[in-house]
Amino acid sequence: MFVRNALRAATALTLLTTGSAMAETITIATVNNGDMIRMQGYTDQFTAETGIDVEWVTLEENVLRQRVTTDITTNGGQFDIMTIGMYETPIWGKNGWLVPLNDLSADYDAADILPAMAGGLSYDGTLFAAPFYGESSMVMYRTDLMAAAGLEMPDAPTWDFIRQAAAAMTDRANDINGICLRGKAGWGEGGAFITAMSNSFGAQWFDMDWNPTFDSEAWLNTLNFFKGMMDESGPAGYATNGFNENLSLFQQGKCGMWIDATVAASFVTNPNDSTVADSVGFALAPDNGLGKRSNWLWAWALAIPAGTQKADAAKAFIEWATSKEYIELVAANEGWANVPPGARTSLYENPEYQAVPFAQMTLDSILSADPNNSTVNPSPYVGIQFAAIPEFAGIATDVSQEFSAAYAGQQTVEEALAKAQAIAAEAMEAAGY
Amino acid sequence: MATKASRSAARLMMAPAVVLLLGWMLVPLTMTLWFSFRNYLPLRGGDQGFAGFDNYVRFVTSSAFWPAVLATLFIVVGVLIITVVLGVLLALLLDQPMWGQGIVRILVIAPFFVMPTVSGLVWKNMFLDSVNGLFAHIWRFFGAQPVEWMIHQPFASIILIVSWQWLPFATLILLTAIQSLDSEQLEAAEMDGAPALKRFWFIIIPHLSRAITVVLLIQTIFLLSIFAEIFVTTAGAFGSKTLTYLIFQRVLESQNVGLGSAGGVYAIILANIVAIFLMRIVGKNLDA
Amino acid sequence: MARSVTSRRKSINTALAWGVGLIIFFPILWTILTSFKTEGDAIAYPPKFFFFDWTLENYAIVQERSNYMRYLWNSVIIAGGSTLLGVVIAVPAAWSMAFVPSKRTKDILMWMLSTKMLPAVGVLYPIYLMFIQLGLLDTRIGLVIVLMLINLPIIVWMLYTYFKEIPGEILEAARMDGATLKEEILYVLTPMAIPGIASTILLNIILAWNEAFWTLNLTAAKAGPLTAFIASYSSPEGLFYAKLSAASTMAIAPILILGWFSQKQLVRGLTFGAVK
Repeated sequence: MFVRNALRAATALTLLTTGSAMAETITIATVNNGDMIRMQGYTDQFTAETGIDVEWVTLEENVLRQRVTTDITTNGGQFDIMTIGMYETPIWGKNGWLVPLNDLSADYDAADILPAMAGGLSYDGTLFAAPFYGESSMVMYRTDLMAAAGLEMPDAPTWDFIRQAAAAMTDRANDINGICLRGKAGWGEGGAFITAMSNSFGAQWFDMDWNPTFDSEAWLNTLNFFKGMMDESGPAGYATNGFNENLSLFQQGKCGMWIDATVAASFVTNPNDSTVADSVGFALAPDNGLGKRSNWLWAWALAIPAGTQKADAAKAFIEWATSKEYIELVAANEGWANVPPGARTSLYENPEYQAVPFAQMTLDSILSADPNNSTVNPSPYVGIQFAAIPEFAGIATDVSQEFSAAYAGQQTVEEALAKAQAIAAEAMEAAGY
Repeated sequence: MATKASRSAARLMMAPAVVLLLGWMLVPLTMTLWFSFRNYLPLRGGDQGFAGFDNYVRFVTSSAFWPAVLATLFIVVGVLIITVVLGVLLALLLDQPMWGQGIVRILVIAPFFVMPTVSGLVWKNMFLDSVNGLFAHIWRFFGAQPVEWMIHQPFASIILIVSWQWLPFATLILLTAIQSLDSEQLEAAEMDGAPALKRFWFIIIPHLSRAITVVLLIQTIFLLSIFAEIFVTTAGAFGSKTLTYLIFQRVLESQNVGLGSAGGVYAIILANIVAIFLMRIVGKNLDA
Repeated sequence: MARSVTSRRKSINTALAWGVGLIIFFPILWTILTSFKTEGDAIAYPPKFFFFDWTLENYAIVQERSNYMRYLWNSVIIAGGSTLLGVVIAVPAAWSMAFVPSKRTKDILMWMLSTKMLPAVGVLYPIYLMFIQLGLLDTRIGLVIVLMLINLPIIVWMLYTYFKEIPGEILEAARMDGATLKEEILYVLTPMAIPGIASTILLNIILAWNEAFWTLNLTAAKAGPLTAFIASYSSPEGLFYAKLSAASTMAIAPILILGWFSQKQLVRGLTFGAVK
């Protein structure tokens, strides 16, 4: 009796909830970053304007990536909009899995999207995802600690200067580490950092014949430099620190410098979260005089899977969420420092935004990044901190685990590179390169 | 006692469960076997044709394979030993007369209700984190350098978290078994002047053997496939990659379903070896 | 309790057991406490135990960000539905195995358990493709079916062990009195088996509630249970211990409370035939 009633109640409730969802509703998969969560808060305005309801699936980055990849490759149709990055977009666009965004309305002004962003989110000249926010990476440093060390940060520092400054600022007795960098395994974490850094050392992932090049002198120098500097001046346990861990350390005043995503600038200068908000300076990511800096380029962007029945509603949402008006809406409510950065040229021409301390350095960093020409010597792939081929994520996760083990002192840098070479060579051969 | 009619009725009653499980086992198993012989690469557009035994060879010759098998066995065996040993001791303790027994029991079984993702996150961030974790605070309080658990003790960390989750289960089953122990037998032994350790070894442990077997069997089934605890803590870094995790990486990170499926077949083989090994012990002990 | 115990020994037992109990429970207690702190207090050194500014703001933030009630409701339906469905299918099977055993009964039981050893991720793509074909993606009914199948071996085995403890003579007597098979099950067997069935249900609700692979990978916006809810809090930006704790507390509280209220049944029934 109880069972039957319970089942009946369950069925009734199921019918009830599906029945009420008849109005057009789009489902959006997104990542749990601050800007995305803020956007969810404003969704009511979109619904009020268009009558389209929005359902959110908010997931942590790694879970999101597997979830949307499973759905897109099987044509599962669970999402009308997916939040993806610069790595996925060209691969998916090439496979015809995304709805082209080349017919956005004139009001939207697609030409206003920063060229570097539009370039990274296109395949064969067609835009497949609209950037919600874009980022490069840059140096964030403590002006007070730099002054105390008697140093002055140039706008475009070299790695040698960074290493020297880090050592000078380090004060382990007071829990201050000269520099905090990502050492965490994962291609989007430490893997992204070391890859971008290696570009400035003249290293690259693959040569023109798609052979991995971890046996090169340049990679050895990159890793030795990184590990040497972090052992001298980095926090304990940096081999497990990613973006979030370092952000937390920096906000607590435990880092002298932090080289990471430009979007972090608004978090470390926000007095509500950061204890060092009023003493943060910015500089371009360092170089080695070889003509390439170590900054990356990334965007979290909204794309429409080709399988959706609701492409028009989805397009309407994308036009709303990545519009100039949305930026103004956030600026009016939360201040200019909190608008999603790095996507539109007009934002950086706005005098009010130019007054934000990190605006210019963010723009300069983005402009100095070129995914099509990221390495000192020619390379066959697109992407700065990644190579936009389907095999990359898997290889780079394994490779970055070997690197992290070297950072932690569980193997030497040479051993890590030898293993990385073997892993990459095996996977590339298996993929038929 | 059983008539022919009741036999066929019995078969009929078993049919739904058996058919469903057969389907649940055979359909995915067949598909796994099929995919394991294909070059199935979702990001390259799907099925790229017959692969022969390439996937099998590649999976087993990968440098990550044997370490993953060993890591799996290490974690399973580690958790089993800890939960059984502590479970027996805890069950003995809880069986003693005390004040507030019900509340203590509630406290002890609570971890079993916590979802693996949550316990992984809570342990990793709030206890084992080397900067803000509670363990780091304690280490610092005693003037020691906080341990970077995820880096230097990845196995200990994972085994700790998983053991914490499964200790209540072991304790409960062992406690029930202890409570069924004939107390007169124990008292008689006590009268005869048998020391506590001897009573424990010669009366309690043999009585518990059946319960211990059950704990081993059930836990092994669940432990062979632990995933969330690794995913949210080390994500397979620092040598903590289990076979399940390696397959996860091949399927979802490398997007190579063929290779992952071959790994799945190996995992089934490993599980069956463990199962046969267990059955040897269990079968003997479970004969009613 | 036949043994007489000195109160000194009882005191020692009590102190020891409470100490161990509190250590085991501490991570949960700490999570609950942290959920009421500000983010600053959550990482304070020395750690703050009870003397901090208690705040509900973390719960407010979590609630504002995600529709907790929908996740909770999905968890209730999926965990409850899969368990009940599983029990309905398992009772006849377990009954026949216990009372009309054959040579192969134990092999069948072991085979059922072995189906649980298939690594889930290996079959994600096949199952996902099947779910697309059947239109079951992101539906509660789809998850009810999958979780039922996952837990069915455990349910059958637990019920089998309880049924076996029921003395066969009672059934014989009932049969002598002319009871039909249906009556036998309904009036004789069921009342005796209720404690066992109850604890089977409890254990499987817990297992289904905490299942985090299929529930995460087969759902999107509609059918996601609390495991999907927690997946959006696992690694946010900046300080997040207090918010993580609040979300964690919300995810585990319902099942923890259910477990505590029914712990007598759970404890009594959770033997898996471990006791002869």
